[in-house]
Amino acid sequence: MSAMTREETQALIQEVLEVYPEKARKDRAKHLAVNDPTLEQSKQCITSNRKSQPGVMTIRGCAYAGSRGVVWGPVKDMVHISHGPVGCGAYSRGGRRNYYVGHTGVDSFATINFTSDFQEKDIVFGGDKKLDKLIDEINELFPLVKGISVQSECPIGLIGDDIEAVSKKKAKDIKKPVIPVRCEGFRGVSQSLGHHIANDALRDWVLPNRDGDSKFESTPYDVAILGDYNIGGDAWSNRILLEEMGLRVVAMWTGDGTLPELELSSKVKLNLVMCYRSINYITRHMEEKYGIPWMEYNFFGPTKIAESLRKIAAFFDETIQANAEKVIAKYQAEYEAVIAKYRPRLEGKKVMLYVGGLRPRHIVGAYEDLGMEVIGTGYEFAHNDDYDRTLKEMDNATLLYDDVTGYELEEFVKRLKPDLIGSGVKEKYIFQKMGIPFRQMHSWDYSGPYHGYDGFAIFARDMDMTVNNPCWDKLRAPWQKTA
Amino acid sequence: MPNVMIRKKDSGELLFYVAKKDMEETIATVETDTAEAWGGEVALTDGTRWYIDPISPRPQFPTTLRFKRAE
Repeated sequence: MSAMTREETQALIQEVLEVYPEKARKDRAKHLAVNDPTLEQSKQCITSNRKSQPGVMTIRGCAYAGSRGVVWGPVKDMVHISHGPVGCGAYSRGGRRNYYVGHTGVDSFATINFTSDFQEKDIVFGGDKKLDKLIDEINELFPLVKGISVQSECPIGLIGDDIEAVSKKKAKDIKKPVIPVRCEGFRGVSQSLGHHIANDALRDWVLPNRDGDSKFESTPYDVAILGDYNIGGDAWSNRILLEEMGLRVVAMWTGDGTLPELELSSKVKLNLVMCYRSINYITRHMEEKYGIPWMEYNFFGPTKIAESLRKIAAFFDETIQANAEKVIAKYQAEYEAVIAKYRPRLEGKKVMLYVGGLRPRHIVGAYEDLGMEVIGTGYEFAHNDDYDRTLKEMDNATLLYDDVTGYELEEFVKRLKPDLIGSGVKEKYIFQKMGIPFRQMHSWDYSGPYHGYDGFAIFARDMDMTVNNPCWDKLRAPWQKTA
Repeated sequence: MPNVMIRKKDSGELLFYVAKKDMEETIATVETDTAEAWGGEVALTDGTRWYIDPISPRPQFPTTLRFKRAE
């Protein structure tokens, strides 16, 4: 049960909104809500995926971040050109910690920054010639590259470069796929549109490549992992469980993924979706075109893992179902030991989350397994269908905040006094300086993996060492301490 | 006239999904729902009504169709 009643939470929202001018207050009020699990649909309580108010500190990213950073970035055997000025690629390089196996610079390129480094003359005269030359250089320097994607930055759309024409020409020249992605940063209200654009590019340029080609020998147990970007090795700890169950993982989208794997995804029997927000477009397309059903699953915390494993197994025959039970039994001693060790240290601690598009609802189960309670949650760039899925996960009267501003989040934290906050790097140091334990939950605070049974042990250890760290009460000056 | 993707839910009901609006709604009733044709006026569980000229033969779900708002 939540510590606050519905009325108290509602009053808190009103109080926090007080400082805004009337128009901004009216708009922001729509994005803050008190959870009511009896509601079927989120549109009755919360508005999402709208343009942020000018003048507030939003924590959102851009369409380029959604496409280059999230969806395309982890495809390791391709070169993703940050087409435009140098900064976008340089500052986003390696930040997401999408792990992969391979020799960087030989057959894998995910952590290298490739950019066309636009200068004034490219803006004035257009950058198509530069792109043409760049692709030749890449192909010459890195002959093992399997394909190239051109990720547009803002100026490309503004000056009207024809990257599609260049891509078509170069694909013929180098005999490798060259994929133009129109993910200029100014498109849309957040990185969410970047995910959509990236999905559309995958749909148009990658998926159909193996249509009508039946050389691939499929088995009845072929699955693809979608929406898992292998942050700190997450996708690997998922894959272990699925393979132990007897399933064959054909493709990983896109963490530790390769172009040939992506192309083969049209041959699988079931698509397993972790991050619904960033990849649902392509799963819906595959369902329609290839008749591949899809299923959302959640591998955070033993309760949800067992639930998900059984749900996945139910799709297959009895051997797989028996295997699923075996897998759960195999790890039982392991995760029970983790819970026995950490639960007493974390029991009853309150958590506030504010992450991207899936974790605010998926991680809740893992916290609950450790006896912790999530008292507030919100998404940077979720849409209403994500909130539909969130309402049921959360307790009554839990605070929900969409695209929360820096000011609002700070005020909520001051009032709700959580024992732990999970959010991004932009919030991290503010809250740490306020003396509140904080985990950076976008890239697991340079730890991980947190998925699967293996990840749960690391998750529990990390939460314990953050919450019970003796440093937090040292952050207040001695003369400011109250007795 | 939104593009609507109709797919079967796990429970067997039909789901009415409008990508542009992130709207996922279950279909309550369909005017014409026979082995030969599917369409007409479609009522959703939230009370809104949509219209599509009956399609013959009955389409395979999931599929994307263009609906109109019913009068």
